[in-house]
Amino acid sequence: MAQLPPYTTTGERIWHYAFRVICGLIFLFLILPILIVLPLSFNVEPYFSFTPGMLSLDPEAFSLRWYKDILRNGMAAPDAPLSLTWFADTWNNAQWMRAIRNSFFIGICATLLSTALGTLAAIGLSRSEMPYRRLIMSILISPMIVPLVITAAGMFFFYSKIQLSQTYIGVIMAHAVLGTPFVIITVTATLVGFDKSLVRASNSLGAGPIQTFFKIQMPLIIPGVISGGLFAFITSFDEVVAVLFLASPEQRTIPRQMWSGIREQISPTILAVATLLVLLSIILLTVIELLRRRSERLRGVTPS
Amino acid sequence: MDAAQPITAADGTPLKKKLAQAMFRSKLRATGLVVPLLAFVLASFVFPIIALMWQGVYNDTFERLMPNLTEELRVWDGVSEPTEDMYAMLVADLRQNRADKTIGKVASRVNQELAGTRSLFTSTARKAKKLEPPYKESVIKTKKKWGELKVWQAMKLTNQSLTPGFYATSLDAVQTVDQGFVMKEDKRQIYTKLFVRTLMISGSVMLLCLLLGYPVAYLLATLPLRYSNLLMIMVLLPFWTSLLVRTTAWIAILQSQGVVNDLLVWIGITGDDSRFSLIYNMTGTIIAMTHILLPFMILPLYSVMKTIPPSYMRAARSLGATPTRAFIKVYMPQTVPGIGAGGLLVFILAIGYYITPALVGGQDGQLISNMIAYHMQKSLNWSLAAALGGLLLGGVLVLYWAYDRIIGIDNMKLG
Repeated sequence: MAQLPPYTTTGERIWHYAFRVICGLIFLFLILPILIVLPLSFNVEPYFSFTPGMLSLDPEAFSLRWYKDILRNGMAAPDAPLSLTWFADTWNNAQWMRAIRNSFFIGICATLLSTALGTLAAIGLSRSEMPYRRLIMSILISPMIVPLVITAAGMFFFYSKIQLSQTYIGVIMAHAVLGTPFVIITVTATLVGFDKSLVRASNSLGAGPIQTFFKIQMPLIIPGVISGGLFAFITSFDEVVAVLFLASPEQRTIPRQMWSGIREQISPTILAVATLLVLLSIILLTVIELLRRRSERLRGVTPS
Repeated sequence: MDAAQPITAADGTPLKKKLAQAMFRSKLRATGLVVPLLAFVLASFVFPIIALMWQGVYNDTFERLMPNLTEELRVWDGVSEPTEDMYAMLVADLRQNRADKTIGKVASRVNQELAGTRSLFTSTARKAKKLEPPYKESVIKTKKKWGELKVWQAMKLTNQSLTPGFYATSLDAVQTVDQGFVMKEDKRQIYTKLFVRTLMISGSVMLLCLLLGYPVAYLLATLPLRYSNLLMIMVLLPFWTSLLVRTTAWIAILQSQGVVNDLLVWIGITGDDSRFSLIYNMTGTIIAMTHILLPFMILPLYSVMKTIPPSYMRAARSLGATPTRAFIKVYMPQTVPGIGAGGLLVFILAIGYYITPALVGGQDGQLISNMIAYHMQKSLNWSLAAALGGLLLGGVLVLYWAYDRIIGIDNMKLG
């Protein structure tokens, strides 16, 4: 920590530490709700709160029961011995397993669509000769701003008319639209620092526009593209309003399953799923951070 | 060389023309890159929303399903006694709708205009086949209410397909045949109160985010990078964690048997039987939304504060300012763009919030989005949902425009 200069008065010293304590409390406010689901998900009782046994760290009070429930809920024969048929049963019948499969399938398809289209558009928008740049940019960012209920309601009517509601394609399209603003924002941010003379140098050395793009531009903006893609993925992975309006039970995703779990029967299985999702976001955050560092290294920015 | 001769490129065309061609080509290339996404967004996002907004002012259910009566209602002045012809056409249309099984739609549509008329239509339609002329008498015989002028006035209003009626309802006004728009009595105003509450909750969330976000952003911006990068994780992890996870966590923390209440009982601040109700009400909505939107405040504030040289504060101090004065006069004014960016973003996101209020809001913590969802899914009054959505969208777009003018959407940063 930075040393306080010698001329600070006692009052300033007190304030200096008080300020840190205040900030510490705010950090606690930010992080505590996320950490609290971890121990609660190992609760042996079907409650959302700490039991006396948990507080006294009694091993009897903890269990993996809710994690097993993720695999078992909805199975045809949950008590059958562990075997390939048991796993096949889980994979095909368990409600949460289906939600997990759906979330990944929809998330990955939507991410590919929005990243591909979003990256191209961001490259076009970063060119100074692009006409109506500002207007187009604000249209492309608007899915992030427009209240989700309005978006979902509009899509519900329109997609019903063209037979896309209650289909995977409909949900994927909706999620792709919602993810593109993040791709555009992150890729544009990477392109701001992009040295245009590199493209000119490549051209003057005889490379065509396509070769220049893949050999020069792409490697430099790829960290931005990947983090944009991850943003798009997490947007789809976390999205529930469009799914509520557009999806049939067949397309239930993890957030949709959590939604009905919270509204109908609140069971700690939700907390177990929540814990897994927190782990997933930690992984994604780590990847993003590594990418950011790599991008900074590539562009010659060194952290102090 | 002749001065009047234009300068030409290698192939002999004038340079000016050649340049214009090159410019045009590069413009085309840039546009070509943007067009696929623009087309996708316009088709699957912008157009559906425009179509939805259209539903808020246009509803032709009545005109489409009651074509004969429509003609009569059009010429009727709306105040005189309904004529025998009108009743005859009513019976004709009811018979047709009964046969087509569309009477439910007509009944619901008129019921939106005048509550309590649904059964009037369904029951009379059931008997319509047997009704004999004079129809006026026989129709009124089935239900006395058919003789009332206000039923006919409601039909005349419903008959108007292009209507401001749903927007009027969204603002708690009633459209009448003879007196224009009349505000509902104070007790029965729902939507204006809900709009006010939405603005109030969003405003409080924004202020709380600013209050909590400012010190944290300041700390992050002034600490050496190796510490601040570590602390930044604490801001980014919630940002990356699922909304439903965070909402679930707040239920676990704030419910009456939850962590906070247990703690308070244990300390002795409150008794076991008088636990605070912190969730399923407005308090729950505000706490959970503040937590969820806080990173959107911290990140723009941080990126602005990062650019303020620390030497400014030192200069102010060396010129004799007290720390407080230096902070207020020198530091704070420079963070105004960050406050504006973060505050607007949080406010825009907050007024459209749906999930969190729906799960933890209980009765008095619901926002306008929840009402829109209710009319979409439960009451099935889609035109009213569209009109409420139109008002909300209008507000959001004004704020978005302001954001673009003041901050510029190009400057939006994430993480």
